Amino acid sequence: MDASALGTFLQYLINGLALGAIYGLIAIGYTMVYGIIRMINFAHGEIYMIGAFVAVTTFSILAAAGVTSVPLALLLVLVMAIAFTAAYGWTVERVAYRPLRGAPKLAPLISAIGMSILLQNYVMQTQGARPKPLAPVMNGGVTLWQGDGFAVNVSYIQLFIILLTVALMVGFTQLINRTALGRAQRACEQDRTMAGLLGINVDRTISLTFVMGAALAAVAGVLVTMYYGVIDFYIGFLAGMKAFTAAVLGGIGSLPGAMLGGLLIGLIEAFFTGYVSGAYKDVASFSVLILVLVFRPTGLMGRPDIEKV
Amino acid sequence: MNAPLLSVTGLTMRFGGLVAVDGVNLTAETNRITALIGPNGAGKTTIFNCLTGFYKPTSGELTLNRPGQLPVSLQTLPGYQVSRHGVVRTFQNIRLFPRMTVLENLLVAQHVGLMKKAAFGVAGLIGLKGWRTAEKEAIDRARFWIERLDLTSVADEEAGNLSYGVQRRVEIARAMNTNPLLLCLDEPAAGLNPKETGVLGELLQGIREQFGIGILLIEHDMGLVMGISDRIHVVEYGRKIAEGTPEQIRSDERVIKAYLGEPDEEELPAIVAEDVAGQEGGRA
Repeated sequence: MDASALGTFLQYLINGLALGAIYGLIAIGYTMVYGIIRMINFAHGEIYMIGAFVAVTTFSILAAAGVTSVPLALLLVLVMAIAFTAAYGWTVERVAYRPLRGAPKLAPLISAIGMSILLQNYVMQTQGARPKPLAPVMNGGVTLWQGDGFAVNVSYIQLFIILLTVALMVGFTQLINRTALGRAQRACEQDRTMAGLLGINVDRTISLTFVMGAALAAVAGVLVTMYYGVIDFYIGFLAGMKAFTAAVLGGIGSLPGAMLGGLLIGLIEAFFTGYVSGAYKDVASFSVLILVLVFRPTGLMGRPDIEKV
Repeated sequence: MNAPLLSVTGLTMRFGGLVAVDGVNLTAETNRITALIGPNGAGKTTIFNCLTGFYKPTSGELTLNRPGQLPVSLQTLPGYQVSRHGVVRTFQNIRLFPRMTVLENLLVAQHVGLMKKAAFGVAGLIGLKGWRTAEKEAIDRARFWIERLDLTSVADEEAGNLSYGVQRRVEIARAMNTNPLLLCLDEPAAGLNPKETGVLGELLQGIREQFGIGILLIEHDMGLVMGISDRIHVVEYGRKIAEGTPEQIRSDERVIKAYLGEPDEEELPAIVAEDVAGQEGGRA
């Protein structure tokens, strides 16, 4: 491989990592909710979209208020986005899923699809259907390597996406593995009834799971807004599908699986766009999903569900 | 005389046309082992399910009298509140969290206290001191029970990989980690060999003596029941038919009849009774 080809490869890798980080953040919400109530929360993509809208709104309010410090603005935007989407996540669970606990599995699934359509239209009605642009918040980047007619660049925003995602995932894994709340979530995942009998408030634990998933999706929404600079009310659908694919690819219910799946989907898209065709990148990621499901139905890191008789 | 720790009066549980429990009265006292026996399908597990908030009884009062506190009506509590008030149970078919270690299983049982000190886990994440101390105390308590029940060698193994007898001990250890006033055990000796059953009996008596808690025991192993119980209640077809000390129960005619049947009894009722038992087992 000559230097230029290697440079191109590295550039696609960096692009793919940034994209995969975002998918991974959204996928965690899918996988955690599935783990605890065995339901696909199809409204999760919309929560991410709402996070992006809160980001755009907060950025413009801050700009109007004359806040020029980028770190401060970022912090405020993240806090606002997390606060809003957490409220949305909690409410969605409360009104659309909790009343259906114990109903046949199809009922909450349909309720979720309804919730997704409702949130999309609600944002379209209140924010307008036209795409919303955002002036670049973070400019520039570093050139890692420059050669004969090519350069490998990491923009600051890509760097920010990757670092923030890694930090969040490390923190999140700690939360699940090392704290009382995480233990309660795992207990509810494995035997909800027994968890209740040991004094765990199962409903509240489920609500907190939705809130946590929504908070991570909000971060993804903020990052995407800054990365692409334009959003509309429909971005939740495809991103949600991709993240769901990532969660299934990694093994739904598995936290490291969701992270790995997100990363893989991001990389597949970036490489396929670079080497084959940008128009067919979605075909590539969904084909990989189909292949994985055919040969490894539980996903890459999922545990087979063996029912003891 | 003090009110008994648990007093059940007129407990009735109906499933459609089937009356699984019919006007049962019983008490369980602190520092006593109370056994609940009866043929399969008599309604023993249903009584436990009413006690621990699984079923809402059709009628009846389940009162828990905690020392120095107001009595609580258990039937009005949501399920997760029952153990917070000091009633905890184990299951006939063991229900551990299979993909958590033994130690983690015991820590889950201490969740309520830990969450209070951990501000919803946030303090745990950033490692605040109050949380670390609380977590350490919780681990110490769990370790105490791990040693007490001879589980040291498997403390860090996933509970689902352990053998049946060991899982039983983990389940009792976990129940004790909720710091209960009343420990309800549903057939703890099922599936244990005679030697293990002997150890279990000593363990239960030891727990009663050392911690002064009340133990309510459903059991079919008559050797164990007669050996360790202070008081025995016998139920058949959802009704209580006898109550007394092991000596009284052993010689009670109705109990003998319930277990062995009358000499000239037709076979059909027995078959029907077994059928009902099967249904009840499936529900529980």
